[in-house]
Amino acid sequence: MDLSAISPALLFASLMVASTPILLAALGELVAERAGVLNLGVEGMMITGAVAGFAAAHASGSAALGFLGAAAGGAALSALFAVLVLWLRANQVATGLALTLFGLGFAALVGQGYVGLRAPPVPRPEIPLLRDIPVLGPVLFRHDLVVYLALGLVAGVWWFLHRTGAGLRLRAVGENHDAAHALGHDVRRIRLLAVLFGGACAGLGGAYLSLVRVPQWTEGLTAGAGWIALAIVVFASWRPWRLLLGAWLFGGLTVLQLNLQAARVPVPVELLSTAPYLVTILVLVVISSGRGRAALAAPGSLGQPFHASR
Amino acid sequence: MIVWERRPAPSRALAWATPVLAVALTVLAGGVLFALLGKDPVLAIRTIFWEPLFGPFAGYLRGQIAIKAAPLILIAVGLSFGFRAGVWNIGAEGQYIVGALCGAAAGLALWPAETRWIFPLMVLAGTLGGLVWAMIPALLRVRFGTNEILVSLMLVYVASNLLAWAALGPLRNPEGLGFPGSRNLRQWASSANLELVPGTGLHWGGVAALGAVAAGWVLLARHPFGFAVRLMGQAPRAAAFAGVAPSRVVVLCMALSGGLAGAAGLFEVTGPAGQVSIDFAAGYGFTAIIVAFLGRLHPGGILLAGLLMALTYVGGEMAQQRLNLPAAAISLFQGMLLFFLLATDLLATHRPRWRRAAPSASPLPAAAPEEAR
Amino acid sequence: MTDALLTIRGLTKTYPGVVANADVSLDVRAASVHALLGENGAGKSTLVKAIYGLVRPDRGTMTLAGRPHAPSSPREARAAGIGMVFQHFSLFEALSVAENVALGMEDPPPLRDLGARIRDVSREYGLPLDPGRPVRDLSAGERQRVEIVRCLLGRPRLLIMDEPTSVLTPQEVAILFATLRQLRAEGVAILYISHKLEEIRALCEEATILRAGRVVATCDPRETPARRMAEMMVGGSLRIPARAAPAPAESPPVLEVEGLSLASPRGGGLRDVSFAVRAGEVLGIGGVAGNGQEELLLALSGERRTAPGAIRLRGEAVGALDPSARRARGLLCAPEERNGHAAAADMTLTENAFLSARVRAGLVRRGFVDWAAARRFAEGVIRAFDVRAPGPEATARQLSGGNLQKFVIGREILQKPDVLVVAQPTWGVDAAAAAAIRQALLDLAAGGAAVVVVSQDLDELMEIADRFAALNEGRLSPARPVAGLSVEEIGLMLGGAHGMEVAHSRHAGAAA
Repeated sequence: MDLSAISPALLFASLMVASTPILLAALGELVAERAGVLNLGVEGMMITGAVAGFAAAHASGSAALGFLGAAAGGAALSALFAVLVLWLRANQVATGLALTLFGLGFAALVGQGYVGLRAPPVPRPEIPLLRDIPVLGPVLFRHDLVVYLALGLVAGVWWFLHRTGAGLRLRAVGENHDAAHALGHDVRRIRLLAVLFGGACAGLGGAYLSLVRVPQWTEGLTAGAGWIALAIVVFASWRPWRLLLGAWLFGGLTVLQLNLQAARVPVPVELLSTAPYLVTILVLVVISSGRGRAALAAPGSLGQPFHASR
Repeated sequence: MIVWERRPAPSRALAWATPVLAVALTVLAGGVLFALLGKDPVLAIRTIFWEPLFGPFAGYLRGQIAIKAAPLILIAVGLSFGFRAGVWNIGAEGQYIVGALCGAAAGLALWPAETRWIFPLMVLAGTLGGLVWAMIPALLRVRFGTNEILVSLMLVYVASNLLAWAALGPLRNPEGLGFPGSRNLRQWASSANLELVPGTGLHWGGVAALGAVAAGWVLLARHPFGFAVRLMGQAPRAAAFAGVAPSRVVVLCMALSGGLAGAAGLFEVTGPAGQVSIDFAAGYGFTAIIVAFLGRLHPGGILLAGLLMALTYVGGEMAQQRLNLPAAAISLFQGMLLFFLLATDLLATHRPRWRRAAPSASPLPAAAPEEAR
Repeated sequence: MTDALLTIRGLTKTYPGVVANADVSLDVRAASVHALLGENGAGKSTLVKAIYGLVRPDRGTMTLAGRPHAPSSPREARAAGIGMVFQHFSLFEALSVAENVALGMEDPPPLRDLGARIRDVSREYGLPLDPGRPVRDLSAGERQRVEIVRCLLGRPRLLIMDEPTSVLTPQEVAILFATLRQLRAEGVAILYISHKLEEIRALCEEATILRAGRVVATCDPRETPARRMAEMMVGGSLRIPARAAPAPAESPPVLEVEGLSLASPRGGGLRDVSFAVRAGEVLGIGGVAGNGQEELLLALSGERRTAPGAIRLRGEAVGALDPSARRARGLLCAPEERNGHAAAADMTLTENAFLSARVRAGLVRRGFVDWAAARRFAEGVIRAFDVRAPGPEATARQLSGGNLQKFVIGREILQKPDVLVVAQPTWGVDAAAAAAIRQALLDLAAGGAAVVVVSQDLDELMEIADRFAALNEGRLSPARPVAGLSVEEIGLMLGGAHGMEVAHSRHAGAAA
């Protein structure tokens, strides 16, 4: 066992990378949930995005087109969810589960032809001067574009939700869909767009796994990241900046656990790998036991079917 | 555009017809899928749905169906109570694994003793193991209001890591030449869960599944607990008014589904699987969710749905061998089935009506135009 | 008529099995308050929803200021100069006042500017509001001000008000009326929906009366006696329930509530509530919704537990018992919300009978449900209370509001309660069913049970209660005999207007 091999700076640098996929997926889910839709299919949309992104990148040789394809793939799957839930009034929980099962099967089927191939590299911006700052340089300024894109997206979602009229309407629909409908806002259209955004983000998160993190296609490579993303949304009390904190916490945990494995801590690898899941549970418990604070922060119409029955 | 109108009373006939419709649509969509994969769709469908029942190897394959259906039905009957009450245990896969681990560990602790009390003891340990694993999300929800969906699911990942650890570590067969996996429980008379009637594929797990269907049916239709479960799912406030304690229902539903999933795991590890190994978990816990919905959360329906789903497993394996169809196609097939089922569900409670293009914000009419209470 | 702002001719709207509006014609003049009068279910809401673009009529024409009016959405209706204040469901609890207002506007200005405009308008019309406060923290009266201010910012020509006073205290009603009169003086037409006749006589110049979707009469409410309008509304003479002899004062109380306090997650709750009811007596508890009525009912039914001694039944502490244990001892309840609380909408009447009568009607035998007995019990309720239903296997959803309410109340009464607590027994129920329900409650009391009626309908309480108490901000006033109470006294018991008088008196001088 050699804990001195774990460098805090490197740990933080890899934390930023490790947290990016769950951050992207959780951000999309946050928007969908703020609009009142609980989509439990994040895992399915993520893995679909992972395989779609890998396929698109492989076919075009361009990582950028790969990410585009991943967003389209995730959004397409979420469109299926939206039709079932918003138009055919299916139960949101059951439909989300179906989406995950379907996505896992679909990705495994499509991905068969891509096992063992390598993905084209993702461009890294050359940030002059900043990248050479000691410690801060490697930690903050030597990542690929998607890491910065995800951070920008957090700010963008915050700005959209709290500073624009469309964001206000989205929050209103999630808060009380009957009232929004009575005021003439098109509940289903707003929700459809939110769900599609959620699907696209989950797809991006999945593609980050298959194109950057791993970077190749293997079956089941999301390994519960989508479910962790769902948990982080609750952890963040549906607020974008707290979401970033949550994603870093879990990213850090994953990295730390890998580092501990590498440092040969005398705990079986299998038990060490349970740490992210156990900590997720722990955090959920802490959040939910906070005297109903989480319940108050939840959008008022979250998970409720909307019937427009007047 | 289509406008959905609520039926004055849900149609019972359609409630049972929609699963059939969903199966038919899935077969159609599956045919298209197989055609896209470059396979003969008619042959593929025939191989999956016909061969196992009436083909040349039907005698063997029918038994395989019973073997695969038993855990699905056992788990799904347990899940259906929770799903009716709004208790979303989707971690049955984890409870299934832990049940198998606990049961196997209890038995192996007594190895190589030969007494007929060992198998019942293992069943008990397996049931309790699954039950205790399910109590974690149950108690966290009751005590702290923690979302049981996320917790029960996280515990699946924990359980599969535990399984890997146990197969490589504490439960590894000391005489296994270093290969992962436990002693073979099938080959030890005290723990073997073998076919009871030759040629049927029926083992103790199948007997338990049939028992669970019968008991679940009575519980749902005639027992105050079944009524409480239905009431809590349909109208939680009315349930509170009636005196139903929600936390009691949550704990009981989770205990029921966890216990049955644990028992299913034990029957599997002592029977068809034979040993604790890394690849022991085959996803029965997740497929059982589809089975529960396909069976309309009713024990009788679940019996039929479990047999159908087992058929797609067995037929899918045949198609894999004969047509070189990828294994993933079958799980995709099962996911589609659940989709079509959810999509057609609306037909039972609503009827479609054609309308000339109405304004986008125009609301749907309800039966009572005024005072929607 | 040439001076009509809004003209409606032959408007018809049908839903499957129900004619909501049949050939309705109507004229609303500018600078007037026009009453739309009718029982619940008469078609008032459907009609105004058509005007506001929420419902598309099957036939008929509407004209607004000489131009055809056929809005396909509320947005178009607002653009045409129509504002609507809803009775329910149109505020967002978690959002601020300004955000709530912005959501009802076409092109909302930045929130900072909007806040200033909200302050201006609310000052102009005597409706003080803080734009930054979340709606969650506002009282019922303040919430309505948000709705009104939202409409006024759009400078409407026609303002529709749907039962605006149902949640207000008498003092708040007076302030609202002053605002409406000011708007009328400025030329705004107001379409005022209500079934409260005295209000309409005080405020409106014209009234259109609807019954079963049709216009049955128009009149000048200032010159028409309330009794006459009521007859036009219900289409027959009202039956006033027979009063039993007052309860003997010396009998010991059956139900005693002592120092009952209950926190509520949404604010409010109950604070130190005490009262007692004797056998044979009807206690009426009045008050505006949201002042603790819901919590009081939950505490009495056992859905929320309290300190054991806070609730005593014949001297026994029952505050910590669950609903079934309280039923077994004779304390029964009928909550306000029929579908979803008192009954499960998608369950049959037999199942709904089992829901609350399980213990007292002996519907469980050897641990299992005796469905045959439950069915017989449900049939008994249907027969005894004249519930119009296809049979005991009909679902609760299939019944009209009045019939389901008769079933719910009948279900509790047939269990022979010692104490029955009912909330809003006739809310949204047609007049005939309401009269039957009130009579049943009086008969129950006459038979020796103690009855507690929690209601917002003061007329109803005056009619059936022996004593009256008011619940305001979680506190219950001392109960007083109904005989001899004046409207002013009741208003004071209900707690006044939450400090609004000051704001309005300043403005009243300007308007006079």
